Amino acid sequence: MTIADGPALPKLIGERVKRREDPRLIQGQATYVDDIKLPGMLHLAFKRSDIAHGVIKSIDTSAAAEMEGVELVITGAELAEHLGPMPIGTPFPAPDHFSVATDKVRYVGEPVAVVVAEDRYLARDAADAIEVEYEELPAVVDPEVAMEPGSATLHEGFERNIAVESYWGGTGVNPETAQPEDDSAVDAAFEEADVLVTQRMLNQRLAPNAMEPRGVVAQYETGREYLTVWSATQNPHILRTLVAAMMGLGEHQVRAVAPEVGGGFGCKINIYGEEYVAAALSRLAGAPVKWIEDRTEAFLTTTHGRDLLGYIDLAAKSDGTITGLKARIIADIGAYEVLLTAMIPTLTGLMMNGVYRLPVVRHELTEVFTNKTPTDAYRGAGRPEGLYFLERAVDMLARELDMDPAEIRRKNFVPADEFPFATQSGLVYDSGNYEPCLDKALEVADWQGMLAERDAARAEGRIVGVGLSFYVEVCGLGPSAVVPTGGWEHSGVTVERGGKVTATTGASPHGQGNETTFAQMLADHFSIPLEDITILHGDTSVVKQGIGTFGSRSQAVGGAALISAAGKAGDKMKQFAAALMTDQEVSPEDLVFEDGRIQVEGAPEVSKTFAEVADFAYVPVPLPPGMEPGVSEESFFEPENNTYPFGCHISMVEIDRETGEPRLLKMVAVDDCGNVINPLIVDGQVHGGLAQGIGQAMFEEVVYDEDGQPVTASFMDYVMPRAADLPAFELDNTVTPTPVNPLGAKGVGEAGTIGSTPCVVNAAVDALAPFGVTHIEMPLRPERLWRLIQENGGQS
Amino acid sequence: MSEPVPITINVNGRKRSAMVEARLLLVHFLRESLNLTGTHVGCDTSQCGACTVLIDGHSAKSCTVFAVQADGAEVQTIEGLADGGELHPLQDGFWEEHGLQCGYCTPGMIMSAVNLLENNPAPSEAEIREGISGNLCRCTGYQHIVNAIQHAAERMAQS
Repeated sequence: MTIADGPALPKLIGERVKRREDPRLIQGQATYVDDIKLPGMLHLAFKRSDIAHGVIKSIDTSAAAEMEGVELVITGAELAEHLGPMPIGTPFPAPDHFSVATDKVRYVGEPVAVVVAEDRYLARDAADAIEVEYEELPAVVDPEVAMEPGSATLHEGFERNIAVESYWGGTGVNPETAQPEDDSAVDAAFEEADVLVTQRMLNQRLAPNAMEPRGVVAQYETGREYLTVWSATQNPHILRTLVAAMMGLGEHQVRAVAPEVGGGFGCKINIYGEEYVAAALSRLAGAPVKWIEDRTEAFLTTTHGRDLLGYIDLAAKSDGTITGLKARIIADIGAYEVLLTAMIPTLTGLMMNGVYRLPVVRHELTEVFTNKTPTDAYRGAGRPEGLYFLERAVDMLARELDMDPAEIRRKNFVPADEFPFATQSGLVYDSGNYEPCLDKALEVADWQGMLAERDAARAEGRIVGVGLSFYVEVCGLGPSAVVPTGGWEHSGVTVERGGKVTATTGASPHGQGNETTFAQMLADHFSIPLEDITILHGDTSVVKQGIGTFGSRSQAVGGAALISAAGKAGDKMKQFAAALMTDQEVSPEDLVFEDGRIQVEGAPEVSKTFAEVADFAYVPVPLPPGMEPGVSEESFFEPENNTYPFGCHISMVEIDRETGEPRLLKMVAVDDCGNVINPLIVDGQVHGGLAQGIGQAMFEEVVYDEDGQPVTASFMDYVMPRAADLPAFELDNTVTPTPVNPLGAKGVGEAGTIGSTPCVVNAAVDALAPFGVTHIEMPLRPERLWRLIQENGGQS
Repeated sequence: MSEPVPITINVNGRKRSAMVEARLLLVHFLRESLNLTGTHVGCDTSQCGACTVLIDGHSAKSCTVFAVQADGAEVQTIEGLADGGELHPLQDGFWEEHGLQCGYCTPGMIMSAVNLLENNPAPSEAEIREGISGNLCRCTGYQHIVNAIQHAAERMAQS
């Protein structure tokens, strides 16, 4: 019998463990897709449309093709012989969409031809030398105009440019028939209301702007008939499935790799035309090819987010009780439906119940094609839009009734004893306890003190306002019934010789820190040092199966799969350990992992080291009856429901009377994402989300002119939040675990973007309320605010 | 296309000579010719700072400098920052304070911060925020980056 020397191992779950990813990243040693070089690699450049809408009359590629070092020039029509229309991931009807336009262009930036050349600069020169002649068509820019009869249409078969129309209302959707029930109750609620709020609001179009642009390297091996694709993607397994289908290959012939990925924020979920084109042209050119997006291309062609117009009505009693909600949403989805385009705005209506008991809801959604870049997921993906509309409307109601914004929310909260709670939209909130979170936020922010500070500032002639929002969102996506790709996640756990552990996860990260949090979980599970664990991800030849990282699902679904696989591996380790201790008549059920040993609970003297048991597993002499050698287990985890984290955000905004420039003075976020594995990483997620949510409220907007020309196609025109634009955020949390996974973790990736946006706008409206302002469209541009001040003579 | 031009640049203490196209950007010389891929490209208008390196001790956006303009200069990149096996206090600060998530902006952010602390060894929070406002980060909301730079400043003051 041996008892391993060594210190007791601290439990790591819940600790602020610094990240294991960082040493390579802070020394410039990580490998992003643009860092990959293969022998004989060629470079792609795309010729892109510079008009929003038109018919391609001719493409002259001769000058490009004659350039020395240019291997291949191919037009969309020619490429269509090799690549069919691109697949989408939603069940909605969609027009054909080719990787490279074949006959018509529908947005500025849509590719029309591709160059393959020896050198990146040369490829660009050659693309510039391609001449394209168009017959221009009228650009469709305003989604409301697009729906009018007589407007130009983008796609045959989609009258009035309408892609999707949906409607539900009354006392909710009948889950049996999926049909709206009698909705006369909605009209009745609005007729009987003491007070109504009505507002048209725009949740403007944004550019996700991961700092790493998209990029792809493809290598088709002729003879072996095997394709490898490296791509800056959030979901290499989905990439493998779709690129295989597009190339006429089986999944067994494709390896997809997400190397180091420099941020995603939803825009790297979609599988893009460039990925298919790179694969096809590698096969055609007989060489590996690389394409790296530049930032202007990113603004033009990487999917945008948001762009929902809402007509929102609330009905309430004079005591602040909300009695009904009507929402008519128009989504400007751009020129095509890509992977999840049509699904994203449906999440808006689903989540517009917010944290409130709403007796009746009517929801109408119309998704409209325009001559703009297609939209898809952007951090929050549908939820920020819905919660923005709702939390602005509730704030307007509070102002109308002269109620405290915290108290009107408290009055309408779903009570803690009503969970699980079925919403009007058919969701079932897993768990929630909203009042303690509100109270904590009010305390952390010193809400009463903030009100006094605001009033004192106003007395000095300053323009200051405070804002509050309370959100609930949907994370841990989700059951396979609601995720088009399948909603499970996969993990593998192998105990290696020497007692080291290698684990794989299909939750392919791009900044989330899964290599750290997942290792923390395994370290605690097996009671072994963090250094003895490696987490592998992002390569479909290493990670057998997976879905990917989006919808705040890494922990809630990926982590649950990991723990499930670890449980199986642990069981087998205990069986091997018991077999090594036959003289002591130990049963596997009596054993626990403790400080690098497998021991009888409470009896460390009856133990084997984790390492010696692992060694035995690979040379099992004698092999215990009924067992196979080795310890390598895997699990698929299918969640029974989504998770519904929530939180309260509070802010203070000052607006310069002379210039209209807004300044965020204070930002408090109290979030509840259930159990937390690593608070340091959770803080980082919240910080980043807040910056993006504040960015939408204050700075960011994709703008097109009346001809469909993008006005904001660089960082010179599109305002990104910078360090000096933001205050130090104040964070706290409450913990309401979810019952839908064994970790009790809900997910936190998107929380910050959801609460902060309405919170900051609410504060700006409060600041300008003395000027008679009740709503301000985002972003809070100085010019817009200055005009609002001037319209009231500059005096409050 | 112009004739190749001879250049010699001292990169991370090592003399590197090459014949380059006059239009070759310094960042591409570093990344493509020298395989120093720690310096990243995040935009094409000098707004994001992912490509920040030190040229003769001053931070510069290497996407806005032609390689030929750096002829004869001393260039330091993220790969040259650690002293042997020991991390620079800023690298250490970014690790300790979770100053990075996806890591793409990080090398440029760290090189900007090197320059910032050389000019102002004990910056206030506001001065740090102003000092890194030429560098975009989409992941962190900057707060942990500010902490990281403060962490490094304190450590450098002690040593």
